[in-house]
Amino acid sequence: MADSIPLRVSRFRPDTDSEPHWQEYDVPLRKEWTVLDGLNHVKNEVDTTLSFRWSCRMGICGSCGMNVDGEPRLTCGTFLSDYEPGPITIEPLSNFPVVRDLVVDLSDFMNKLPRVKPWIIRDDSDRMVEPDVEYLQTPEELDAYKQFSMCINCMLCYSACPVYGLDPDFIGPAAIALAERYDLDSRDRGNRERLDVLIEHDGVWGCTFVGECTRVCPKHVDPASAIQRYKVKAAMETVKAFLLPRGAR
Amino acid sequence: MTPSGGTPTGLRLYRPRVSTLWWTRKRTYFVFVMRELSSIFVAWFVVYLVVLIYAVGQGEAAYRRFLDWASAPWVTVLNVVTLMFVLLHAVTWFKLTPQAMAVRVAGRRVPGFHIIAGQYTGLVVVSGFVLWLVRR
Repeated sequence: MADSIPLRVSRFRPDTDSEPHWQEYDVPLRKEWTVLDGLNHVKNEVDTTLSFRWSCRMGICGSCGMNVDGEPRLTCGTFLSDYEPGPITIEPLSNFPVVRDLVVDLSDFMNKLPRVKPWIIRDDSDRMVEPDVEYLQTPEELDAYKQFSMCINCMLCYSACPVYGLDPDFIGPAAIALAERYDLDSRDRGNRERLDVLIEHDGVWGCTFVGECTRVCPKHVDPASAIQRYKVKAAMETVKAFLLPRGAR
Repeated sequence: MTPSGGTPTGLRLYRPRVSTLWWTRKRTYFVFVMRELSSIFVAWFVVYLVVLIYAVGQGEAAYRRFLDWASAPWVTVLNVVTLMFVLLHAVTWFKLTPQAMAVRVAGRRVPGFHIIAGQYTGLVVVSGFVLWLVRR
């Protein structure tokens, strides 16, 4: 194994640059070092002006997503030695405006997420009858939505999604996966409210099932599956609205 | 790629633009675009089949004329290319089906492999039936 590996990092300083440019740094190549360790080495020892987000270093917080050799990855789970001999290109996540260097602006997602109401919705009558009762679930009921609850909002799926890149109005993979997470929760009664949002043009029908969101998801949430299942649900609702009398829907 | 103006927060952001050739950058994107493109070829096979059935319905002379036209080199080449795309269409969509269908039997989720195997079994059965129908 070589002693060092070159990182080719995208730099953008909004006060001076009109567009990003590349800067190369040599970092020590150690077996246990991740790309994030390499960037922290640069920040601490070589160039303090380099900006990037990180927090937990263990694939839980979802802060350190970047494009590593063109693939959206959590840099804390991506090892330098897998890219030997380099150089490793490190860019900010695609499809988001760049604030500075490797930091992107996530306000678009932050605005979209509450639209799908990712919280447990109960009927008014439930609240009146049982104000502070515990809602128990069986292991099967937990299993139904557990996969979709693993999302850490790391935005790798938005970065990988060409539909979101081409049509920024598309509500996007993670938001729909989280809508599905609450829809499948046995305690929730909000399906109708979420469907009203996701049945719109910029909801599930924007998705063309590229499947990249699922491929890059570090938590195996499978957002593509959530979206296709939502499409089936939306189609069934439309058919039901045609065929059944109001009371039977 | 174009730089952009300000935001409500006063930050000047850089907004990268998606290039027209985005689908050539990654193999997975390329396969996706080919899968979408395959729909046109599927439509062509439908048209071809309708014309064939119409010719058969018009009698033997019309059917002979159809066969002469269908054996022209350009039609043959088009049909070979179409067959490739239709195969790609079938294989890629079969592979994606388990993601769209969460089938549960007796409370347990059916593994994706079984759903895909079911589709291929269906394809073999239907193809066998058609072959039997044509050759009998």
